[in-house]
Amino acid sequence: MSPVASNPPQPGSTHSSVIRNFCIVAHIDHGKSTLADRMLQSTNVVTPREMQSQFLDNMDIERERGITIKSQAVRMPWQVDNEDYVLNMIDTPGHVDFAYEVSRSLAACEGAILLVDAAQGIEAQTLANLYMAMEHDLEIIPVLNKIDLPAAEPERYALEISNLIGIDPDDILKVSGKTGEGVEALLDRVVRDVPAPSGDADAPARAMIFDSIYDTYRGVITYVRMVDGKLEPRQGIRMMATGSSYELQESGIYSPDAIPSEGLGVGEVGYLITGVKDVAESKVGDTVTSKQHPAEEPIGGYREPRPMVFSGLYPMDGSDYPALREALEKLQLNDAALTYEPETSVALGFGFRVGFLGLLHLEIVRERLEREYNLDLISTAPNVIYNVTTEDGTLVRVTNPSEFPEGKITEVDEPMAMATVIVPSEFIGSVMELSQGKRGQLSGMDYLSEERVEIRYWIPLAEIVFDYFDLLKSRTKGYASLNWQRDGSQVADLVKVDILLQGDAVDAFSAITHRDRAYGYGVKMTAKLKELIPRQQFEVPIQAAIGSRIIARENIRAIRKDVLSKCYGGDISRKRKLLEKQKEGKKRMKMVGTVEVPQEAFIAALSTDTDT
Amino acid sequence: MNKIDTPPGTGILPDFVAAAVNGSDRTFSLYVHVPFCSSRCGYCDFNTYISPDLGPGASHESYADTAIKELEFAADAMEKSGVQPKPLHSVFFGGGTPTLLPSTDLTRILKRADRLFGIDDTAEITTEANPDSLSREAVQGLADGGFNRVSMGMQSSVSHVLQVLERTHNPDNVDIAAEWIREAGLDMSLDLIFGTPGESLEDWERSLDAVLALQPDHVSAYGLIVEEGTKLAAQIRRGVYPNTDPDDQADKYLLTEERLDAAGYRWYEISNWAHDPHNEGLHQSQHNLAYWRDQDWWGIGPGAHSHMAGLRWWNAKHPAAYASRMLDNISPAIGQEIPDDDARLLEKIMLGVRLAEGLDLDVLAAQDKDAAMQARREANVLATQGLIEPAALEHGKIVPTLKGRLLDDAITRRLAGF
Repeated sequence: MSPVASNPPQPGSTHSSVIRNFCIVAHIDHGKSTLADRMLQSTNVVTPREMQSQFLDNMDIERERGITIKSQAVRMPWQVDNEDYVLNMIDTPGHVDFAYEVSRSLAACEGAILLVDAAQGIEAQTLANLYMAMEHDLEIIPVLNKIDLPAAEPERYALEISNLIGIDPDDILKVSGKTGEGVEALLDRVVRDVPAPSGDADAPARAMIFDSIYDTYRGVITYVRMVDGKLEPRQGIRMMATGSSYELQESGIYSPDAIPSEGLGVGEVGYLITGVKDVAESKVGDTVTSKQHPAEEPIGGYREPRPMVFSGLYPMDGSDYPALREALEKLQLNDAALTYEPETSVALGFGFRVGFLGLLHLEIVRERLEREYNLDLISTAPNVIYNVTTEDGTLVRVTNPSEFPEGKITEVDEPMAMATVIVPSEFIGSVMELSQGKRGQLSGMDYLSEERVEIRYWIPLAEIVFDYFDLLKSRTKGYASLNWQRDGSQVADLVKVDILLQGDAVDAFSAITHRDRAYGYGVKMTAKLKELIPRQQFEVPIQAAIGSRIIARENIRAIRKDVLSKCYGGDISRKRKLLEKQKEGKKRMKMVGTVEVPQEAFIAALSTDTDT
Repeated sequence: MNKIDTPPGTGILPDFVAAAVNGSDRTFSLYVHVPFCSSRCGYCDFNTYISPDLGPGASHESYADTAIKELEFAADAMEKSGVQPKPLHSVFFGGGTPTLLPSTDLTRILKRADRLFGIDDTAEITTEANPDSLSREAVQGLADGGFNRVSMGMQSSVSHVLQVLERTHNPDNVDIAAEWIREAGLDMSLDLIFGTPGESLEDWERSLDAVLALQPDHVSAYGLIVEEGTKLAAQIRRGVYPNTDPDDQADKYLLTEERLDAAGYRWYEISNWAHDPHNEGLHQSQHNLAYWRDQDWWGIGPGAHSHMAGLRWWNAKHPAAYASRMLDNISPAIGQEIPDDDARLLEKIMLGVRLAEGLDLDVLAAQDKDAAMQARREANVLATQGLIEPAALEHGKIVPTLKGRLLDDAITRRLAGF
């Protein structure tokens, strides 16, 4: 007997008692996508022939990095005891930058599969998402994956999980996404353990948006979970947070391709299309209701996207500025969390100050701009938001070192984060040493098992944004996993360090740093620039300064010899061509005052390195 | 860059050449390349070969005949193109090591050139020589055959420096060869290289002392350029030797100027000094000046470059390829260009500012008025920065100062507006 549903319930008219909404909480590389693929195959939603590996991740970058950026939802039929069920698998972003998106995806579910690599054990991000799932009262189904691996230690990690969530280790399912072993049992388990949705079918419609994407042909596609009531095409709908109204052009589900439906009923998961072109019109967490019979209360938990990391993006070639603006506009259609505003830099020309959810978000956006829009970019060192109070009581919000007020400052407030690190216990010392060096305060430590420890630090967000994770990885031989969330702020002794070339500050190199670290930054940056900037016809002092106080200095000595000594008959064309090449090279120089700085110097100086 | 369609293989020169050359005061010189050496020096990237026999027409024995063939070809091509022959202003045999060939071969080539073009009474006729490749008889033979100048590759008088350069000669041989050159009544120029890895400032001073003791008429001193693809470049990359240091070369250049000037040698080009204590313009190399003054010359031999009134071309590089074209009676030229106006302007500036006689702003203005204006404005700045002579500028000449000579390429770039 095939467990696949023979006559599955239709979208729009599915009774909520047979619906199971669940997601998979997993660490990168723990096999979520492979397991999801297997489920699609087991439920015949995708035939093996159609199977494109890792079906759910459809952006190139996601596939390359093995990270799910945009969540999706797939409807799968499944039979248990001759009863037809509908399983909605909601894919969640796996990265800390997208914590809010994760929370909305979790809020759309009643259950979560906790997927853990049987060779590696639980990691910090998974733990954070697990706690979030538990806060949402989700039914947790723990699963050990990759049991086919020779290095798998299912018993050991089962014990670890059981310590964490307090269940019998024997109740933990063991599967292999690769071979398919245990996958059908898991689907059965989802039907049995995950509660059916509990909304009110007769109440005014309320649907929670957990994702929205921009499609070139269809406009914005909004993913929703129906909480109460029903929505049908051609009816008027209203977004409760933004207040805007539309006509619902189409509703449907993915299985795995889009299938239009007569509507979406209570408990169902699917998509809505209204014809709007901008994802900002369809915000994650917002509640969709009926225009005629609106609900009174929106679903709780909505929040505006909040960029936490800022970086200046500049086109390498100034004439690409309009192209960069256009590319950002297009990206924003698909990424409501992306914010930007024009900015000019003396050194880098015209560009944008772009706000991101985190470092990964920054990297992804930058990579998409370069890859999909063919732009060569310089990005300045990432920055968090500081609130600076000046002596006269003015509060200045600083997202860019150039906004740091001159003159006397009463107080600088910096954003903090709670960082959770999971490491093998032998690395406790290294993690503590690093975190304290990064101005972190230990807030707790728990042994997950004898060998693995969870360490929590309250630490400036700026440190995380800068190089904390890179250093963490290198000091723990790659074993550490990190999760963090914004957690308050603190007053700190922060200063702006300027880098001066020939006495002129180069805005692109300014940084806000703790006073104790300012000297180190100054020494490192001036030394780096000395290597990177070619000798000029005059001496060029490179200084690091806090206000008018010089804290570090290097000198680029004047060039003394700039002549090719030989010039025979045959050398004339050759020498001329050499000069013509220098003329071309000159176009790639940026003038800072009278100093010629090659583009490469900016890039190399701004790229963060881990040699601290 | 303008490319011309007619391949140089026909030997026919475009019409503008005859128009510019005939009746003008452009001088005509001859360069003869001899592509043979007894060994290759580690720093050398010249077109030269160790094997004495590279194929028909490209062996020590047959090369003179091949070169003569090109001389005849040149005379014929000029005649067919309507370019009136002019007596040669200078002749220069370079290499490689021309003196690896018997003197009789070199003088035979020279005689044929005389018959085809005529040689000016005052013409400078030079051959390069390696101290080890000379003999008293050979030197006398050159003098008897019409040569009046020998340029000897001395490079350094310090053994460990010569070892890094892989020069095979014994420093003592230079003294003997110099004596023979003197005996034969020839002018003598010495070629030097400074800034070789491992050469100290004292080493270089010793070389300068040795040079002055020999009382040459002319000195060329080049800062070592590590050319890509040479053995020396590979050795530096592998860390066998340290790289050359521009500051070290600057110090040595200043020392060179100081010592040579004190001994009556006057610089007339960045890397060239003539013995001329009373500033009468004596002993300057006429042949090299022809290059820098943008005159005309025909380059004979593999890889040789030629220039006629703005047309540049160059021969097949490998001696065998070159010789086979000559034997088939087709032009050995394999590439050519007519630099466009911008390129010509850049050449003019680049060559002019290397010379003590300077770049003439009026001449520049005749070529491009706007460019000359822009150069004059920049020249005022350069003068205040001490890079060019203010007194010369008042007479419309751009002449680099000692400091400016070391930054000559920067002067060129700024005058050319980039």
